[in-house]
Amino acid sequence: MSVNILRVDPIACVGHGICAELFHEWIRLDDWGYPIVRPEVIPAHLLDQAKWAVANCPALALRLADVQ
Amino acid sequence: MTIATGRTAPARKTRPLPPSRLLAGASPDSYIGLATHRKTYTLPPPPSAQPRYSLIDLMGAAGLLGRGGAGFPTARKLKAVADGPGPRVVVANGTEGEPPSAKDQTLMTHNPHLVIDGAVLAAAAVGASQVLIGVDRAHRRALEAMRAALAERTSTEGLGVDLRLAGTPSRYVAGEETGLVQWMNGGPAMPTSVPPRPFEKGVAGRPTLVQNVETLATMALIARHGPEWFRQLGTPDEPGGRLVTVSGAVGQPAVVEAPIGTPIGALIDAVGGPAAELSAVMVGGFYGTWLPVDALDTPYSRAGLLPLGASPGAGVVLALPASACGLAETARVVSWYAGESAGQCGPCIFGLADLSELFAQVAAARANRDDLETVRRWAGEIEGRGACKHPDGAARLVRSALTVFSDELTRHMSTGECRGNGRPVLRVPPPGKTWR
Repeated sequence: MSVNILRVDPIACVGHGICAELFHEWIRLDDWGYPIVRPEVIPAHLLDQAKWAVANCPALALRLADVQ
Repeated sequence: MTIATGRTAPARKTRPLPPSRLLAGASPDSYIGLATHRKTYTLPPPPSAQPRYSLIDLMGAAGLLGRGGAGFPTARKLKAVADGPGPRVVVANGTEGEPPSAKDQTLMTHNPHLVIDGAVLAAAAVGASQVLIGVDRAHRRALEAMRAALAERTSTEGLGVDLRLAGTPSRYVAGEETGLVQWMNGGPAMPTSVPPRPFEKGVAGRPTLVQNVETLATMALIARHGPEWFRQLGTPDEPGGRLVTVSGAVGQPAVVEAPIGTPIGALIDAVGGPAAELSAVMVGGFYGTWLPVDALDTPYSRAGLLPLGASPGAGVVLALPASACGLAETARVVSWYAGESAGQCGPCIFGLADLSELFAQVAAARANRDDLETVRRWAGEIEGRGACKHPDGAARLVRSALTVFSDELTRHMSTGECRGNGRPVLRVPPPGKTWR
């Protein structure tokens, strides 16, 4: 069983903000439009949504990291 | 000694610092040449006589922690590189981008051969065939001394390793290890996303040890004198001495070498004591923390500073005179942070620019309660959101300023007045000009 957190590559991220729309339970935007991601392990019932956000980042800046 | 302030610091008895190890025999005018160096420091065992892992174990037994700022255990860093596939590279980090720090420049200017000894030893320890020494190209004296010492070595005894000196761009984050590596690979001196860290993939894609020059020079001393000798100074968890740049309102601003755990006040006394009534001290550098003046008895060590939310950083103590406004001084540093952003990460580019502007309003006593709340929120939100820790430094300094200078803050917010005399104390350099 994998244990996942969301990570942003801050150099690659240009603040499209799509992740915060697709996964607002976990990601909000700061005053400049860049994502602030909750650091906790993503619960199983939200994992698909996390994957959806990762897959739709236009900058490929969001990824799931297995921290187990 | 009593330092008169609003709050009076307790009287302290200061013992003189023990003799210098890293700068023994140094004169102000010239560097320690090879012949004198060999006499003072005796010849190290040839690298071939010291198998890789025994050198690493030696540093582990000595308990040496890195002197560049992060304080990472040297043995673990060496082992991580030694365990990677060859060929490997050693980068000696003498960039010293921390504005109030002069310790690496002082070390290289006066004792370049000890730094070279350390770099050659580190190469032996990790099995590297190439050593690159990076020195800020604006630090002319250090660069010249290193160049002269290298010429002396190569023309006499040789080095046994391909060792080169490079003048690096004068930018703060150029000394961050991934920034330095990217520059040595021909790119801009800007940090890169991690992983991979340099120990995995560094110069030319090879496992690379990036080690501060004071750490390397200390390794050379440990290799000569052994871990027990090293541990005669410092604390069991943080052994040895370290170089500390003490400046600001002190008698004779200088680099001192002190056992780790020496009280902050004793470091100030070692350079002539306070030159004025003090209101606060900055520890660790701009990438550091303000402490109230009643914290002068705090040991300058990780363990000692941790309860105060501070850390020794690169070894900086800066005494702020009571005639200065700590908020105004901090605002100038935050502005410097904004100017030194590599411009790669949104929270750093936009966050630092806006934080700097709004904090300047606070310092100028032109901010309202909402502005102050925003400053606090931004300081919390930008932390940890850059590829490197550049924004974290600004955030931490702002937070400590709002705490330590809370009386001054109240005055700014309620009366719109500042007690500062307007004369800047901290020397804040203009933004660097090039990343190449």
